Amino acid sequence: MLEIKNLHVKLEEEEKQILKGVDLTVEAGKVHAIMGPNGSGKSTLSYVLSGRDGYEVTEGSATLEGADLLEMEPEERAAAGIFLAFQYPVEIPGVGNMTFLRTAVNAQRKARGEEELSAADFLKEVRAKAKSLKIDADMLKRPVNVGFSGGEKKRNEILQMAMLEPKMCILDETDSGLDVDAMKLVAEGVNALRDEGRGFLVITHYQRLLDHIKPDVVHIMADGRIVKTGGPDLALEVENNGYADILAEVN
Amino acid sequence: MALPEVKQTATEARLATLTMPDAGCTRAAREDALARVLEMGLPGRRDEYWKYTRPDTLISPEAPRAALFNSDEPLLFGNLDRLKIVFIDGVFSAEDSDDLELEGVSIDRIEDICCKDIHWAKELYGVLEARGQSPVQRPLAALNTAFAADGVAIHVTGKPSKPISLIYRHASETSDAMLHHIIRVESGAEVTILENGPAASRFNKCMEIDIADGGILHHVRAQGRDHERRAATHMFTRLGQESVYKSFTLTVNGILTRNEQVVELTGDDAVAHVAGACVGDGDFHHDDTVFVTHDAVNCESRQVFKKVLRNGATGVFQGKILVKEGAQKTDGYQISQSLLLDDDSQFLAKPELEIYADDVACSHGSTSGAIDETALFYLRSRGVPVKDATNMLTLAFLAEAVDEIEDAALAEAIVNRLEGWLSRHI
Repeated sequence: MLEIKNLHVKLEEEEKQILKGVDLTVEAGKVHAIMGPNGSGKSTLSYVLSGRDGYEVTEGSATLEGADLLEMEPEERAAAGIFLAFQYPVEIPGVGNMTFLRTAVNAQRKARGEEELSAADFLKEVRAKAKSLKIDADMLKRPVNVGFSGGEKKRNEILQMAMLEPKMCILDETDSGLDVDAMKLVAEGVNALRDEGRGFLVITHYQRLLDHIKPDVVHIMADGRIVKTGGPDLALEVENNGYADILAEVN
Repeated sequence: MALPEVKQTATEARLATLTMPDAGCTRAAREDALARVLEMGLPGRRDEYWKYTRPDTLISPEAPRAALFNSDEPLLFGNLDRLKIVFIDGVFSAEDSDDLELEGVSIDRIEDICCKDIHWAKELYGVLEARGQSPVQRPLAALNTAFAADGVAIHVTGKPSKPISLIYRHASETSDAMLHHIIRVESGAEVTILENGPAASRFNKCMEIDIADGGILHHVRAQGRDHERRAATHMFTRLGQESVYKSFTLTVNGILTRNEQVVELTGDDAVAHVAGACVGDGDFHHDDTVFVTHDAVNCESRQVFKKVLRNGATGVFQGKILVKEGAQKTDGYQISQSLLLDDDSQFLAKPELEIYADDVACSHGSTSGAIDETALFYLRSRGVPVKDATNMLTLAFLAEAVDEIEDAALAEAIVNRLEGWLSRHI
């Protein structure tokens, strides 16, 4: 599904290399987790995959089902199936959450040559999905993320993911700022979307999110590279011993 | 004091092209207004109040030529039930207008207020304009009082069932029009006034609005799309106790527009909101000049002005809140913001507060900035194409001003017009 080869990325504005050769393959139906200390390049990887400005790919490739992601505009990547759940969802005053969602859903459908959802069908679907994430009607009517609590913002990300039905979901520290109950709710939302056609890349500092979203593969990222890959046990090892041991072992 | 020679010459040159209408009972008001013009002189480049907007083409003897804008877009407010009063290049067109009969309101042409002996109108024509000449001079408004050949007097005594819609068509590329309207809203009465259209190649419009205790006036205006048109408009509004005035203006295109709002809250507990949204691309200069005077207790005023500018367009905001001695518990708010879609456009803002009461809450803010890149990426990352995302964020930027329109159908008409413009220009 997602194939990243020898990806090197630097900041556009300065000579700072952030990713120094990332190799990663996420298969359809699998959940991969990336853990790593601060500054290891995890968030950069998520931004580069989704097409944010400010980064320059100096070497390597990233493809989704064989299509070159790095050549595409952010909206084209979205239509191709990439979804990034933001660590800090953006507040957009003046744009209603519902309007935003419907525009996004229909823009993607249009880009894929599919028929747009009618207002009635859209409403039915969004209500059902919002309900399962405990998002009330009021939140749907409010401007995007404005005045939302940390938990509400993350649930709103998952609602967007549920509505857009991407092939490849990238979750950037979705657990940050969440209490245990909110984390469970978010994890349930994610788990509900797990299916054999869909890949997940879950970026997190802590193992606790992975208690709720069980990964198939865990990668440790440090200094712009994936330094170790293992099964779910690897996350536990990090939880118990921190990153120091693993990094020492690799170096 | 004698005027500077340049100003004297320019004023005389302009006056030489004008003839005062033979207008019976408004004659005295017109003569007074002409005396004010002669005393003040027409605006010049060196006037402080015209620091950011060049008045030259607004006072030149001839109106600069302005091409007509042809569009297939549906007419604004076209599907709304309203009483239509049509002016073509500043001349009333009975043929295109509706019958001026509507319950709760009486409407007459300015030229008829004398022969019909309409007292309230005789007592209002030129009066609020004259009051509004202090502390800042507005010579173009006095010029209008003196020379406007047409306009309507609207007397609201009840709650008419539909809005009164003033439609300004532009038919001649060299038209130079002046209209003067007066509106009196009686105690407890309520009306919605609509204005739309490019009006003329050069348009000078003055509106005097007197709202009695408990009266309500909603005003929604859309200034039309002819790129080369010029306009100088004044609205003078006096509010009585517990009265409400809510005005919104959309300006789309126009090489030069100066909209002045002069609002005086003279009765306790009155509310005045003036808002504006403008969008300009290229040869576009838009100036909102607002002066709100609080002269009563516990009144609320809001000024919300938003401008979207690109390709060298210029936006100006001069907004003042004056709180007079004794106007306690005043709640004054003023925001002016611009969204600059490139580095060539500019926004010039001069927010002012002058407060002589000690128990008031007044705030003001002014910003200019570009599209929020983070928000743009967020929308695009969800699949919204960059053009649509930019439009969404631009409309969102304008929303605070558009939200000042209370009537949902009117707000929708304005948003549709904005969307049309954005789809053509962004």
